[in-house]
Amino acid sequence: MIAEETYTAKDYKTPVHVNWCPACGDFGIVTALQNALAMLQIPPYKVAVFSGIGCSGKTPHYINAYGFHTLHGRVLPNATGAKLANRELTVIAVGGDGDGYGIGAGYFVNSGRRNLDFTYLVFDNGVYGLTKGQGAPTLARGQRTKSMPEPAIQDSLNPIALAIGSGYTFVARGYAFDTKGLAPLIAEAMEHRGSSFIDILQTCPTYNDLMTVNWLKETIDEQPRLYKLADEGYDGVVRDPSSVAEVVAKKSQAVEKSYEWGDRIPLGVFYQARLRTYEEELESRLPLFADAPLIGWDVSNRDVAPLLHVLR
Amino acid sequence: MPEGDLTWLIGGAQGGGVDTSGGVFARFAVRSGARVFSNIEYHSNIMGEHSYYRVRMAKQDRHSILDRVNVLVALDLESLTGDPHLEFPYPQSFRGHVPEVLPGGIVIYDTDSKFNPTQAERGDITFVGLPYLELLREALKDFGRENDASRLRIITNTIAVGASVFAIGGDIETFAQVYRDDFTGRRADVAEMNARAATVGYECASRELGGRSPFDLKGLGKVPSGRRPMLLRGMHACAIGKLKAGLNLQTYYPISPATDESVYLEGLQRSQNLLVVQAEDEIACIQMAVGAANAGARAATSTSGPGFALMVEGLGYASITEVPGPVVFLWQRGGPSTGLPTRQDQGDLRFALHPAQGDFPHIVVAPADPQQIMEDSFEAFNWADRYQMPVVVIVDKYLSTQHATVQDLNMENLVIDRGPRFTPNGRVNGAGEDYLRFRFTESGVSPRSFPGEEGGIFWSTSDEHDERGHITEDPENRIRMMEKRMGKLDLAASEIPSERKVSVYGPDDADVTLVGWGSVKGTVLDAMDVIAREDGTKLRFVQVRLMRPFPVEEVTAALSGAQRLILVEGNYTGQLGGLVREMTGINLPQKVLKYDGRPFSEEEMVEALRQAIASKEERIHVSHRSG
Repeated sequence: MIAEETYTAKDYKTPVHVNWCPACGDFGIVTALQNALAMLQIPPYKVAVFSGIGCSGKTPHYINAYGFHTLHGRVLPNATGAKLANRELTVIAVGGDGDGYGIGAGYFVNSGRRNLDFTYLVFDNGVYGLTKGQGAPTLARGQRTKSMPEPAIQDSLNPIALAIGSGYTFVARGYAFDTKGLAPLIAEAMEHRGSSFIDILQTCPTYNDLMTVNWLKETIDEQPRLYKLADEGYDGVVRDPSSVAEVVAKKSQAVEKSYEWGDRIPLGVFYQARLRTYEEELESRLPLFADAPLIGWDVSNRDVAPLLHVLR
Repeated sequence: MPEGDLTWLIGGAQGGGVDTSGGVFARFAVRSGARVFSNIEYHSNIMGEHSYYRVRMAKQDRHSILDRVNVLVALDLESLTGDPHLEFPYPQSFRGHVPEVLPGGIVIYDTDSKFNPTQAERGDITFVGLPYLELLREALKDFGRENDASRLRIITNTIAVGASVFAIGGDIETFAQVYRDDFTGRRADVAEMNARAATVGYECASRELGGRSPFDLKGLGKVPSGRRPMLLRGMHACAIGKLKAGLNLQTYYPISPATDESVYLEGLQRSQNLLVVQAEDEIACIQMAVGAANAGARAATSTSGPGFALMVEGLGYASITEVPGPVVFLWQRGGPSTGLPTRQDQGDLRFALHPAQGDFPHIVVAPADPQQIMEDSFEAFNWADRYQMPVVVIVDKYLSTQHATVQDLNMENLVIDRGPRFTPNGRVNGAGEDYLRFRFTESGVSPRSFPGEEGGIFWSTSDEHDERGHITEDPENRIRMMEKRMGKLDLAASEIPSERKVSVYGPDDADVTLVGWGSVKGTVLDAMDVIAREDGTKLRFVQVRLMRPFPVEEVTAALSGAQRLILVEGNYTGQLGGLVREMTGINLPQKVLKYDGRPFSEEEMVEALRQAIASKEERIHVSHRSG
């Protein structure tokens, strides 16, 4: 970290009126993201924040950086296109659990396969808040929040396991009001080379009366429900990425750990590996990719004569 | 049928080399001095179904196919006698290509195929039966590989095509040279085996036909001494236009018939410095293209009807957020739904014009030949940057797969215009900068910054928004933003030159004016020549090229003085006819329509137009005669 800080968290704030409900978990996440950007001292104009639709979709408007509030479920391909066009951008994608694991599930999976260098933060609250609290993909079967006419009829999915199966190379869980822990976790994700993903437990005080701040803070048998993986000696980092055996072992360990839920909910990095990124693949295929961002290539006067010649 | 034109057709099972043999023959015909127009028809199938490749050869440029055939090369029995699946699922609909052969024509077939020429009841044509495999063995003797004949069976195609080179009156060395140019280095032996096989077939046909070729390919033109003309496909022209425009990123998801273009570009990534991404679906395709366009790239995607149906939310999104693009090529095929995946149709015009919810601006253009496709492909990126909206270029399967001789693409006056750009104001930090991405301007277009540019931070949202790009539901702002966005269409209409909007062919004092768009143009122009020559009827053709913003003045001017109006389209409802009436109030009382999944042939067009001219029939349906 450089000695003198050019940017503080304030430089990543906008004066836009925030219209989330009072005590919404989203506030904690946005603050943590702004703090993470300040920790890394990334100039605001080099950051592009992409979002889907829903409460979380409004995030870019509250961050002083290039902001793209896209469509429901489509945040990842949008962010991918921008990153491919200009790899010098720091690309952050945000969205809700419905946005990412429901309508956008296909893009969640396939973005993991690419391992492009960007960070994806999911605001995971188990409900569709903006449409008044319908059950979302992380709400377990049988759970019924106060606004649901019927309990959830299908199983929740496991975001951590899905991310690992999809190929994300940094997979973590955070908590929106973990004021000390979330910002460095986001910074760590942003510093990771490759696709990094954090499922962030985000309480919805208006519609989700099951996963509340009080519930998450509870202590069971003198043990806090929320705990840090690192505090219990869990190590998800692959030391030798060339070792298939180690990668598989760390993935398996993470998937197993991801099923721990209920009385004990782990936070932190489940899995991390420095594997070949999409950019590195492209560097080996496209001669100019390593030298300059795609939009900087001079392709204004291409010679197509050889292409026409072979048709003669 | 024009004097002297020849049609050569090869038929066989899909996956059996029909496309390759047809392509080699077409290039041979060009090298022999003929002007060529060819097309391939195929099923949605990898292997086994019937496929055929038709090559028309003429003294002048042609823009359509002929149904009737002079030389038929049958690689299998189905090409001769038709669909063998007699009971299921339908009564036999395809009766083979023999009925298409003109009197005096030649049919080349395999004597091992159990075909009995006498049962064809065509005493007026000559059947040349050759033992394909046996002749291949003979050809392979020169290479000491006669025992490999079964493994190299695909080369029997070249035996048959070599025989047809004799029948059509061609030079076998010219033909063999095409193989030698294609297969070099380690694969040179492939060229030599094919060259030898062709010669064996050629000599055998010569013996069968008493040393006399019934047709005179060489009489169609001199062997080009300087640069040969190209044999160009519409998809080539599209790719060339994109490359000249400085395309940075193309996305695609595999779909017929659009994929050829993207795969062609993908193969050029390393040499032409662009990125082609095969995405997980068409929704991802358009979103990646939007993301890239927002980031400053020239971005495109390419698809067909079913993929376009998935992309449409992205068009509305790109439009409300004033993204410069993306450029979307829509290669139409037969719909609705999966429809006819590999067959011709022009049924997506209305869909392309109204693809998503709400009133929003976008540009739709419909080029009709290789030159126009290249021009529109290029200009689409300028329009995208200048008017900050998506551009749909609507083309079709027939335009993609047809090969036509083109001497040169005219690529003069191609000037890249990136549209209005933001100028840094020197302020870096903090919110509330002076720069407003969606500033209300006189033209409606707001200068844009590229993410990463200092001082250019902006926000963009699919919600209605203010000048800064933040969400607002304020009614006054809503009105101004709607007017800003929609007004850009008027700007585009006023700036796009008339010659890019409408093309008129034929004399002003014509007896009848035909109206159409896209790939019907080529066939209409050829049919107009035939009708003028044989019937003395003067025809005129109005091609509508720019569909949105619709060129009301130009179309009205082109149609208002016309004596009679006939619409020609490759769809069921006459979609352009409805659009013309909506936009100009002009009714096109007669329609010639085809929607059987096949392009109009010249004969079909001539006959349908004659019928329309001679009658007052409102709807004339054209149906396919063969294949």
